[in-house]
Amino acid sequence: MATDASRRPNSLFRNLNAKIASIPMIFTALVVFVGGTIWTVVYSFTNSRLLPRLNFVGLDQYERLWTTPRWIASIQNLLIYGTLSLIFSLLIGFLLAALLDQKIRFENTFRTIILYPFALSFIVTGLVWQWLLNPDFGVQHFVRSLGWETFTFNPLYDQSIVIYGILIAGLWQGTGLVMCLMLAGLRGIDEDIWKAARVDGIPMWKTYLFIVIPMMRPVFVTTLVIIASGIVRIYDLVVAQTSGGPGFASEVPAKYVYDYMFSAQNLGQGFAASTMMLLTVMIVVVPWAYLEFGGRNKRG
Amino acid sequence: MRLRFLAAALASVSFTSLASATDLEVTHWWTSGGEAAAVAEFAKAFDATGNKWVDGAIAGGGNTARPVFISRITGGDPMGATQFNHGRQAEELVEAGLMRDFTELAEKEGWKNFIRPVSLLDGCTKDGKIYCVPINIHSWQWLWLSHKAFEDAGVPVPKNWDEFVAAAPALEKAGKTPLAIGGQPWQRTGVFNVLIPAIAGKDVFLKVYQDKDETVAAGPEIAKVFKAADDARRMAAKSNVQDWNQATNLVITGQAGGQIMGDWAQGEFQVAGQVAGKDYSCLPGLGVNELISVGGDAFYFPIMKDEAKAKAQEALASVMLSPATQVAFNLKKGSVPVRGDVDLAAANDCMKKGLDILAKDNTIPDPPRLNTEDTNNQLNDLFVAFFATPSMTPEEAQKRYAEIIANAD
Repeated sequence: MATDASRRPNSLFRNLNAKIASIPMIFTALVVFVGGTIWTVVYSFTNSRLLPRLNFVGLDQYERLWTTPRWIASIQNLLIYGTLSLIFSLLIGFLLAALLDQKIRFENTFRTIILYPFALSFIVTGLVWQWLLNPDFGVQHFVRSLGWETFTFNPLYDQSIVIYGILIAGLWQGTGLVMCLMLAGLRGIDEDIWKAARVDGIPMWKTYLFIVIPMMRPVFVTTLVIIASGIVRIYDLVVAQTSGGPGFASEVPAKYVYDYMFSAQNLGQGFAASTMMLLTVMIVVVPWAYLEFGGRNKRG
Repeated sequence: MRLRFLAAALASVSFTSLASATDLEVTHWWTSGGEAAAVAEFAKAFDATGNKWVDGAIAGGGNTARPVFISRITGGDPMGATQFNHGRQAEELVEAGLMRDFTELAEKEGWKNFIRPVSLLDGCTKDGKIYCVPINIHSWQWLWLSHKAFEDAGVPVPKNWDEFVAAAPALEKAGKTPLAIGGQPWQRTGVFNVLIPAIAGKDVFLKVYQDKDETVAAGPEIAKVFKAADDARRMAAKSNVQDWNQATNLVITGQAGGQIMGDWAQGEFQVAGQVAGKDYSCLPGLGVNELISVGGDAFYFPIMKDEAKAKAQEALASVMLSPATQVAFNLKKGSVPVRGDVDLAAANDCMKKGLDILAKDNTIPDPPRLNTEDTNNQLNDLFVAFFATPSMTPEEAQKRYAEIIANAD
């Protein structure tokens, strides 16, 4: 009897040290993240201006949000930037990793060079690319000075393509990290798999596409989460590069939230916008998490 | 022995710093050449009272600075005094009881008797109590013209907006930007708000901004204003500067024909050593409708627990309103003093024009006094898009404009 009890203690006190150690983090997560989120959602239904006030106005803030041209433009920009940034950073990152994986000389040097932009903040990245893309000092000026007088490349000053100018800077900064994650994933693939594939006479690209990539699934999931969270909260890059201009052609949701909360002294509107951002993320994340983790439980 | 000596020295140091001046941090967004020169006058006068002015300038204009001020005040780290445009910008801070009530001092010094026009003090008053110190009168309705630019283009300096629009092609041919507008959102909205009373008149302006009448905002009078804004957009198409003083600089150097900007631009002309009437002209109300808005800057004083600092706040408030400081500050700033009883013999041509109009009481309230920051921001969004998108028609813009006015409170 006694031995039985000592073998199966109360589950609450199992690993007590670890549980005590994680209390601060649990507390932070509950109060700061969950609590703050609930607070924001609640106040998004009020007409709070400079200071939060509990004066409920129903869905007014949301109605106004979705009739505001600037918000619509922000969402469109986020969709364009998000989709392309996801595709290109995964594609370029994987290609670079696969190239580095060919046992080339000076691999360390190349890896460092490619990862280096990631060490810069978005503000610095934004400023550097603002200059590079400035028609009077940057790429356009350089090519014209080489003799191509009519060469035009000024994405930051053209409303229809300004978001691609920002995409270039975002990719330059973020691809290095994706490459490193991918390279780590590639190195995690057992050498024997490659040998087996070679013995079977499978060409290299097929090995990558049908054997290695499916095996790297966890790495892809991690990378996806990192890239996606970076996309949704994009703010500083836009501020540094264009401040949302020309017009509001490069506005993004996070900037709308900031501007309305602080500059326009309209907390309710800012909260409504940030709740919409949260909702967008949930729509993507919840079904995916359900498939990913819900499925595993059933298998387990 | 040496240690004791050191301790004594330290003690005496800390003692003197305790006994001497109270440091008071004053935050504002005055960073251009003329503005900095003006604010230095305040600092000088305040230091002369035995206190110490700690300058907290925030670059980037009011839209950048105000969020910083507000988060410091609401976050429990208030500065000694801070600039706002008087009107609705600090409305809620006052309602929340975060700002100091200066009624007592105002009555003792008789602010009501010398502050002109009276409406300025009304802008600081909430429920019969005075919460801010108006320090200058600024008006937006000025068109600044560069004589050099028009000479180079071979056309006479225009006398009003229509002549200016007509002269634009000649300026362009001479390689000038006809109209300089900085890229910051408030400058674009400002231009439009100046065009309303100039083109459509005072009544329309009041109906739209005071009564928030959406049928007027969607009506033919405002449509005319949008037509004029369309002209302005074409004339400013090649203007690619950001800050207002950079745009003013284009006018000073004759690279641009003109700029629509408030009378604070005058400070820049002065710093550059230009003479009104000889190097540049100013047309109040764009030369069409001679009226000016009465707005400007005011200082608000957050409530501070420290007794000594509260005392210093009072000293600062009375120093800012003293006749000598008012004249010194406003001459540098290019604005008009809030006191009706000071000598302005040193005022230049443009300032005299302004004083004249003020004496005739041809005034309108400043939009920030009528609109909340929320409405102003929405207008900013609209005009930033309008001025940057040549394909956006005046009709489309007016539709959105009427929507904003309809939703404003």
